[in-house]
Amino acid sequence: MSGANRIPGAGRLTPAKTARFFFDGKSYAALEGDTVASALLANGVHLVGRSFKYHRPRGIVSAGAEEPNALIGVERDAARKQPNVRATVQDVFDGMKVISQNRWPSLSFDVGAVNNLLAPFFAAGFYYKTFMWPKQAWKHVYEPQIRAAAGLGVSPTEDDTDHYSSRYAHCDVLVIGAGVAGLSAALAAAKTGARVIICDEQPEAGGALHYDKSVTIDGQDGFTWAQATAANLAKMDNVTVLPRTTAFGYYAQNFVGLNERVTEHLAKPDKKLPRERLWQVRAKRVIIATGAIERHMVFANNDRPGIMLASAARTFLNHFGVAVGKKVGVYTANDSAYEAAFDLKRAGITVAAIVDSREKPGEAVLAEARSLGIEVLAGHGVVDTGGKLRVSSMSVARNGGGSARKIAIDALLVSAGWTPSVHMFSQSRGKVAYDNETQRFLPGTYAQDCLSVGACNGTNDLQATIEESLAAGELMSNASGFTASEKLALQGVNAFSWTGGMAGAAEGAGADTTVKAFIDFQNDVCAKDIRLAVREGMHSIEHIKRFTTNGMATDQGKLSNIHGLAIAAETLGREIPKVGLTTFRAPYTPVTFGTLINHSRGELFDPTRKTPMHALEEAQGAVFEDVGQWKRAWYYPRAGEDMHQAVNRECKTVRDVAGIFDASTLGKIEVVGPDAAEFLNLIYTNSWDTLKPGRCRYGIMLREDGFVYDDGVVGRMAEDRFHVTTTTGGAARVMNHMEDYLQTEFPHLNVWLTSATEQWAVIAVQGPKAREIIAPLVEGIDLSNEAFPHMSVREGKICGVPTRLFRMSFTGETGFEVNVPADFGPAVWAAIYERAEALGACAYGTETMHVLRAEKGYIIVGQDTDGTVTPDDASLGWAVGKKKTDFVGIRGLRRPDLVADGRKQLVGLLTKDPNVVLEEGAQIVADPNQALPMTMIGHVTSAYWSENCGRSIALALVAGGKAKIGQTLYVPMPDKTIAVEVSDMVFFDKEGGRING
Amino acid sequence: MADLIEAATRTLPLSGFHGGSAAAVLSVATPATRISLRAKPDAVSALSGALGLSLPMKAKTSASLNGRHALWLGPDEWLVIDENEADLMAAVAVSNVLHSATDISHRNTAILVEGRGAEVAVNGGCPQDLSLAVFPVGACSRTVLAKAEIVLLRTAEDAFRVECWRSFAPYVSGLLAEAAEDAGN
Amino acid sequence: MLLIYCPYCEEERSELEFRQAGDAHIARPTNMTEMTDEEFEAFFFLRDNVKGLTFERWRHLNGCGRFFNAARDTVSDKFLTTYKAGLPKPDLSTLRPATEAIVETYEATESDAK
Repeated sequence: MSGANRIPGAGRLTPAKTARFFFDGKSYAALEGDTVASALLANGVHLVGRSFKYHRPRGIVSAGAEEPNALIGVERDAARKQPNVRATVQDVFDGMKVISQNRWPSLSFDVGAVNNLLAPFFAAGFYYKTFMWPKQAWKHVYEPQIRAAAGLGVSPTEDDTDHYSSRYAHCDVLVIGAGVAGLSAALAAAKTGARVIICDEQPEAGGALHYDKSVTIDGQDGFTWAQATAANLAKMDNVTVLPRTTAFGYYAQNFVGLNERVTEHLAKPDKKLPRERLWQVRAKRVIIATGAIERHMVFANNDRPGIMLASAARTFLNHFGVAVGKKVGVYTANDSAYEAAFDLKRAGITVAAIVDSREKPGEAVLAEARSLGIEVLAGHGVVDTGGKLRVSSMSVARNGGGSARKIAIDALLVSAGWTPSVHMFSQSRGKVAYDNETQRFLPGTYAQDCLSVGACNGTNDLQATIEESLAAGELMSNASGFTASEKLALQGVNAFSWTGGMAGAAEGAGADTTVKAFIDFQNDVCAKDIRLAVREGMHSIEHIKRFTTNGMATDQGKLSNIHGLAIAAETLGREIPKVGLTTFRAPYTPVTFGTLINHSRGELFDPTRKTPMHALEEAQGAVFEDVGQWKRAWYYPRAGEDMHQAVNRECKTVRDVAGIFDASTLGKIEVVGPDAAEFLNLIYTNSWDTLKPGRCRYGIMLREDGFVYDDGVVGRMAEDRFHVTTTTGGAARVMNHMEDYLQTEFPHLNVWLTSATEQWAVIAVQGPKAREIIAPLVEGIDLSNEAFPHMSVREGKICGVPTRLFRMSFTGETGFEVNVPADFGPAVWAAIYERAEALGACAYGTETMHVLRAEKGYIIVGQDTDGTVTPDDASLGWAVGKKKTDFVGIRGLRRPDLVADGRKQLVGLLTKDPNVVLEEGAQIVADPNQALPMTMIGHVTSAYWSENCGRSIALALVAGGKAKIGQTLYVPMPDKTIAVEVSDMVFFDKEGGRING
Repeated sequence: MADLIEAATRTLPLSGFHGGSAAAVLSVATPATRISLRAKPDAVSALSGALGLSLPMKAKTSASLNGRHALWLGPDEWLVIDENEADLMAAVAVSNVLHSATDISHRNTAILVEGRGAEVAVNGGCPQDLSLAVFPVGACSRTVLAKAEIVLLRTAEDAFRVECWRSFAPYVSGLLAEAAEDAGN
Repeated sequence: MLLIYCPYCEEERSELEFRQAGDAHIARPTNMTEMTDEEFEAFFFLRDNVKGLTFERWRHLNGCGRFFNAARDTVSDKFLTTYKAGLPKPDLSTLRPATEAIVETYEATESDAK
């Protein structure tokens, strides 16, 4: 037997298919298809959690996604622990471990419940007032205490071992919700041949048919019809049916996020399956068929376990075969709850009484109650309830006062009416409109190509819902360009049409400030709290919400918002629409981070770009650093070397012998066309007309404001073809910058740009023996100084493959940069490396490259410049074509501030103590003894130990720096002040002869 | 000294990679020559003649003949691929019309996605509508696959060629592998 | 995520393929070196940050690569039209009006009750 409260013959689950699960360590029986909620109720367990603030015992309120109370933790293993799962939507699987939350030491005895007694001190907004003094106490006492008490559930500490997936999908019609309305709409749309996606958050289609057993459609039992219809739809090629899939966010232009829970219900999911799948759906049209959510009644102590929505009790009975009590009461303002009483009564459950706040309940339900022998107390209210860990009685009194009659019960079914689920409509930026007659917000002005149908559109009648939905399905398909050959018709019949409903505090909620008549169960917000908020001056519903936290729990106020609004309106003496409705935000129900990031984890978090030679360098012992998305060889430590020693050795070796360096990440742009030189004249500060084919030039690129944007060596391959290089980090934006000017400012030029960064593997060979290293490998290029001087480029062959060979240097040594088609990079690297090793040279990494270039005073854009540096500031004024009449930045350079005295200029710094290496970013002052705050006149941009100079070196931006050469400045650090002498930027080989070696 | 030279061998990106699922099989395309071809409309006819293939003039379309493909990438831009590794630079050089050709044979690499789940696999990271009505056989586009840029060419109803820059290949193939796995579910 | 109509690809594509590129119809002066400081300031630095209809540049970066122009409502986020670079501003009276201004500001959506 899967629980004592399971009624034989009731429900749709198969008695033979059992499963066992654990709740707080105790084993329970369940049936396949049970939710945790239905399985616990089947076993007579109503107490499932504690409320957030007062730690009051709480039970299961609903049977669906709106559940505010029954939040549980589900544990699969150490890594997979999911907190705050709604027990009403989580399927039971065999061996499942469920734990209750927000209680200590146990659910039935919770120390935190003392908060309930202290409730007078925890009025709404108490945290805004209580923790104000003493000031220090916030940091040391209040905040840590609150943090310890706050938050629901416990998140796992280990990495998630599940995986998640993502898919983009397009359709003509997306139908959200697979109840009667959604299925009807999808059927009509599917028949036209339109591409249809229909999703529903529940494991199976049906929506309200889960509980409303009285419905037949075309003579078939409603729920059976729903399953058959969903199955038929799923068979159609143009339809995708997605159960267990919640539309959680509705974004611009019918872009809707769906969260499909793929394995959450499985005991032992196939490892290949993602736990959840994100669907990013772009729909031409959307049909919203999200139904309505029943509201609870607001009265004193309406939160005891065993008090639940009437429709939930029907779901538990009619779908799961579970009786929620043996003797139930009903408190309602609406006809629909009567049907719960009827269903339970027919199933053999005692119905103590139906208490109806209305003087005149619907005629039909009243007659049926009478014929079933159920006592109806119209014009009455439940003014209080009794029971510690489960409701045991309700006190019923005539509206307007009088003595209360106490009636013993073990469950109380409540219904204040139905709130149309306008979440998706509102998220689509549609404006809701208040319907005075039925006291509810309904879709008003549409903002996107969507339609609401059925209960979420305020359509109550079954046949009207069917017809509205069929019409919508056809209309939306037509709008997407599809037409049906025949009109669909469906005939729906149900037992009763419903009237009634109320919003706000019921009789029994009390007018005073002590009665706990809950509106928001999870956040413990009572009717009195809303009144208090209004008294304290909150007149906007948004302020009231934040002051009371009403609707701010994980259920986002699905039950509470309308009640809170109605009470606020009443207290303010204004109409509900005048008080306004809070905005609906995504997600509709919580979505795991795993789903949102899906594939973007680990290796796929972001592209990791490696050069063609990466594997070889790794084998050669390289340590890599991240440069943007690139991995670059940083240094090559040999046995026993730390980074410092390795870099010192590499630096020495390059200048004494030679070194080879992977420069493949440098951006490369092929600029081709008869107007190529003219285009480069406009993009760079330099002149390019005079550059002959076969020669190279260092170019500087500015933004229009006159500041240095990027730099690099440009080689002229032919009259109409340039090989442009950029910084590694600047490759993409420089390409974009050039394209921008070419397309929009200089479209008359006949020139085209192609990114060639990855076409070439680039091996820099630098040092006195550079030529000797490559010479035997090169064919067709005269490498002599005379034939191939510094800043030249030639095409020929190396290792038998084509190369663009540059004679250039970023070290100040004789240097070559070997460009070969990328696939040949590893083989050519290996050949050069072999030669280099034999001659005593070595491979070097980016750290050595940085030191060597700093020894020569070569800047790195982005390190020694920061977007406010002009060519002159960086001593690069020579690269600005003085005769040019236009280039990007020419006017910016002439701005008064850019030519003023005292600008920060790039200079060298020599520490007085040659062994002290400055810290990059350290601030510079003229007088270290001045009062705080000191006047800072610059900062260190680059600082290294230079093994070749035998001392530390640094570059810095200093106000009026060039005029300060020879002066002593100071770099105050936390523990000491470092004296430095300002110098020029070249620290090694000041004459520059080595480069032409 | 030429006799000392041992001709360098090629190291292909993604060498040996294969993966995916029964629904969407992934493999690396064989090496191909490629150029980025740029020209104004008046040069198209001469360039088409030089390539022996009509350069497509309509967005999202391509032309293919005997292993040579010309993909429209932009109003003055084509990606020309030759699976037989013909010298495309030399081919267009004889056109005698104003154009720009840049060899990008080694810049790009390609992954082939084939099987009934191919479309779903590519949609694992590509936001375009890949249904046959909107992205028919022969359709091509530069687009994105999650965080990487790709050029997508539909070679058959259930087959795509995914071109990407070589350093993005591990990311692109890794993402496609996960998406291909899921396409089989 | 927006859908943006690329006037070169003649198709709506996901915003993921595009990058916004600042205000449109600000031509780079041909007489750069002759501009006064005030003229340069107006050309390079001063922008209106319009609430409502704005003309801006977009690039179909991961598509055809073209820069193009768009008329967009910064309040509703909606594109009224897109057109090729170099074309004049379209005659907005011929375009459908921006559908009802739907706003995302706190003032407009969250404090109806003030």
